[in-house]
Amino acid sequence: MTAPPVIRVEGVRKTYGRTVAVDEVSFEVQPGETFGLIGPNGAGKTTTMECVEGLRAPDRGTISVLGLDPGKDRYRLQRRIGVQLQEAHLQKRIKVREAVGFWASLYQSSVDGDRLLEQLGLSDKRNAWFMTLSGGQKQRLFIALALINDPELVFLDELTTGLDPQARRAIWDLVRGIRDRGKTVFLTTHLMEEAERLCDRVAILDHGRVIDIGTPADLVRRHCPERTVVVTTTEPGARERFQAIPAVESVGGEGPQFTVRGRGDELVTQVIQCLGEHRMTVIDFRTVVPTLEDVFLKLTGHRIRD
Amino acid sequence: MLRGLLGLTWLEIKIFVREPMGVIGTVGIPVLVFVLLSRMMGPRVAEHSPGVPRYVSIDLPIFASLMIAASAVLSLVAIIAIYREGGILKRLRATPLRPHTILTAHVLVKLLFTAITLAIMVLVGRRYYPIGAQVPLVSFTFGLLISTVSTLSLGFLIASIVPTARFAQPIGTLIVYPMLGLSGLFVPIEALPPQLQVVARMLPSTYAVSLLRGIWRGDGWLAHSGDVAMLGVLFLVFIAISARVFRWE
Repeated sequence: MTAPPVIRVEGVRKTYGRTVAVDEVSFEVQPGETFGLIGPNGAGKTTTMECVEGLRAPDRGTISVLGLDPGKDRYRLQRRIGVQLQEAHLQKRIKVREAVGFWASLYQSSVDGDRLLEQLGLSDKRNAWFMTLSGGQKQRLFIALALINDPELVFLDELTTGLDPQARRAIWDLVRGIRDRGKTVFLTTHLMEEAERLCDRVAILDHGRVIDIGTPADLVRRHCPERTVVVTTTEPGARERFQAIPAVESVGGEGPQFTVRGRGDELVTQVIQCLGEHRMTVIDFRTVVPTLEDVFLKLTGHRIRD
Repeated sequence: MLRGLLGLTWLEIKIFVREPMGVIGTVGIPVLVFVLLSRMMGPRVAEHSPGVPRYVSIDLPIFASLMIAASAVLSLVAIIAIYREGGILKRLRATPLRPHTILTAHVLVKLLFTAITLAIMVLVGRRYYPIGAQVPLVSFTFGLLISTVSTLSLGFLIASIVPTARFAQPIGTLIVYPMLGLSGLFVPIEALPPQLQVVARMLPSTYAVSLLRGIWRGDGWLAHSGDVAMLGVLFLVFIAISARVFRWE
């Protein structure tokens, strides 16, 4: 018997004036998984998430979160979830420990704020004003506030936007830590690498509609079965040998670098077997594996950063 | 949610005093202006000389009180607008906090600093305006509290809808200063055009002036129960509307 989903969204539509932000959006998030809404800016990710959080009311459709209706039970729901919002701020002159202490006081039960700050690497910033924190430190503080009530479900909206790669990697480790503590994580991102590294499953959103849902690996397999192997070799007759491989569809390049294209996971195996059979000397060998970025391009016809 | 209210109020007090300009503007400047003005014309005012207009000699304390209440309204509107525009309200929304807890915390902060300002003024003012036993200070303070809370509820309403900090100042000023003009302090209500009389009767400042003036002169509370009732009614009306129209972002 499977546990009921933590989030169930069915046929949600939300318009702002004449603009349809989100239309016919449906998905479910299972307990303990990290689920990502991915898509370009303006695809409707934040709108969808804020409807689930109870901050916005959808025009149509039903939403259930932890068995509650976010519209009707907003305050009851707030106690059980932790939220990190896109582009939120605190008072300029609030101290880090004051923010954590105040947030803790808003909930019936809370975790130890000092330990939380320590885990997030903010111990030495306890007495710093919010306005003096760096972008990464602010995001870590917001993660602390989202975790202070030991929520069952954590929302993270565009968590690493605007951060440098190093800070981004540190935040990713923290998110994996949240997941490892058994919490359900619902996040949005327009960074495909972030989705691939953090999410168990993703929903691809474009122009307010869900295009497909699945694990990153499934989506790649389903939509981008093409595989490419780039081999550098000076062996005579290499091109003909590659063309003879069953899984190969085309061989590009004039040598010494050849781009071998085909379908399915067996392509790489067959190329390696071919190299071995003919005892070919190989200078360089690499595979190009499609990513969620390619899946997105294929499904929508445009790049995510357009 | 009392714990949240007290916690937020205490937090906002601490944050407020960390900004020196805010404290100087709220407490320092009014006291300074009061002292300077009193030094210049204090003795003359106290003598009730015929050259001094009536509103200066009798209504000065009321005028000062209203100005402070008005500036409290303006700064309440400004800070909520800044919080809204800066995404702070948005972050507070994603907690079990309710909008009125946030607004009330700011009102308490304003009341506290208004009270401090007034207390300093009363202490300083003793030098220039010897207060005789005939001025009911306790009653006046109580009347002032009721008036300020009622006036601040109008600030609640404005603060609930002002979209950005840039709008806050002009909109606040546009409502607050005409309100003082219509309050009956400068021109008797009866002397206003009928349409403006209607507007004046919907503003808390009108009843605040009537109440404070009466109590300063030694009237009993009973004579002003109508003013108190209207201050209460307007308070409830403004609060109810602001709860409906409150914008988080």
